[in-house]
Amino acid sequence: MDLSLLSKLNEERSARRAAVLVTDMASGKQRLVLESELSSDPLSNELSDALRMGKSGVVETSEGKVFLTVQAPVVRIVAIGAVHISQALVPMAQQLGFDVVIVDPRTAFASPERFPNIEMHAEWPDVALPKLGVDRYTAFVMLTHDPKIDDPALFIALKSSSFYIGALGSRKTHATRIERLKTAGFNDDDIARIHAPIGLNIGGISPAEVALSILAQITAQLRLKPDGTRA
Amino acid sequence: MIASDDDLLKQAEDWRRAGRDVAIATVVETWGSAPRPVGSHLIIDADGNFMGSVSGGCVEGAVVTEAIDVIENGAPKLLEFGVANETAWQVGLSCGGRISVYVEKVV
Repeated sequence: MDLSLLSKLNEERSARRAAVLVTDMASGKQRLVLESELSSDPLSNELSDALRMGKSGVVETSEGKVFLTVQAPVVRIVAIGAVHISQALVPMAQQLGFDVVIVDPRTAFASPERFPNIEMHAEWPDVALPKLGVDRYTAFVMLTHDPKIDDPALFIALKSSSFYIGALGSRKTHATRIERLKTAGFNDDDIARIHAPIGLNIGGISPAEVALSILAQITAQLRLKPDGTRA
Repeated sequence: MIASDDDLLKQAEDWRRAGRDVAIATVVETWGSAPRPVGSHLIIDADGNFMGSVSGGCVEGAVVTEAIDVIENGAPKLLEFGVANETAWQVGLSCGGRISVYVEKVV
C-alpha cells in the first residue's frame, strides 16, 4: 500500500467521512474511493452496498477479484449529562473504540477535572448538538434525569438519523416523557426509537454497571439485526 | 489505545513515518467459524513487532514470518490457513474454519 493512500484513508477517517479502499488481489493495485466520489465510480453499486453494511469483503468484478476495505466513521456516543454514570462510561466506551462527547450546561458537572481529556460542551443541547454534525454513526444517551436538559436533546436526536437513542429513567419517568414527546408532536414510531429504561437488563446498580448495560445495548444495536441474529 | 482496526491503520502510518518498514495483513475471506471477521488487521514491522490480530492468536506467528518476507521482497502475498490437523506440522485454526489473509508492504 502506498503511504500516501494510507494517509488519505486515515485523514478521511479522522474527518468522519466514509471511504473504501479497492485492492486488486491479483496485481496488488489499489485506489481509494471517497464518499463524495462513490456515485461516479465504476463499482458504485458494490461500494455502496459494502458501505451501507459497514463490511469489508471480496467482490468479483469483470476484471477479477477485488478486496474492499470499508472504512465507516467511528461510532460516537453523545452523552447528555456529565454525571457519575458518564464518568464510568467514558473509559469503557474508549476501550470499545467509541468516541465520546459530553454535553451538560451545568458547569459544576461539566468540569475538566471530572472529565479529563474528553470533548465536552458546557452548553445546552440545542446549542451544542447542531455543531456536532450528528450522523447515522452517532448514538445518544440521555443521562441527566432532568427533562429541561434531556428533552431538547431528545428532540434533536429523534429528528436525526442517529442509530441509537437511550434515555435514563424508570418506566414511570418514561411514561411522563412519552406524554411530553407526544405534546411536542412526535408519533409512536419516533418514540419507539428510544431505549428506555436505558440499557440491557443486567440488574445493574452502580454507575459502572449501568454504563456497562448501556454500552452492551449500543453494541447489540450495532451488531445485531432486528431479529436478534448477527448482522 | 489500539481498539479498532482503523486505529491500526493509523498506527501503521505512524510507524512508517517514523522510518520503520511496515506490512499490513488483512483478513480478506473467511469460511466456517473464524475468530476474526473480514477486514481485521495485523500490522507488522521488519523486526517482527506486531499489533492487532487476524485470528485469536492461532496463526499470528506465521503471518508475522510471512510479513517480514513481504517487507523484504515488496510483493504482496495471499495466505490461506485452514484446519490444523489436516497438515499437523502447519499452523492452523483450532476452531475448524478457514481464513485467507492478504499481506502487503507500506511503501
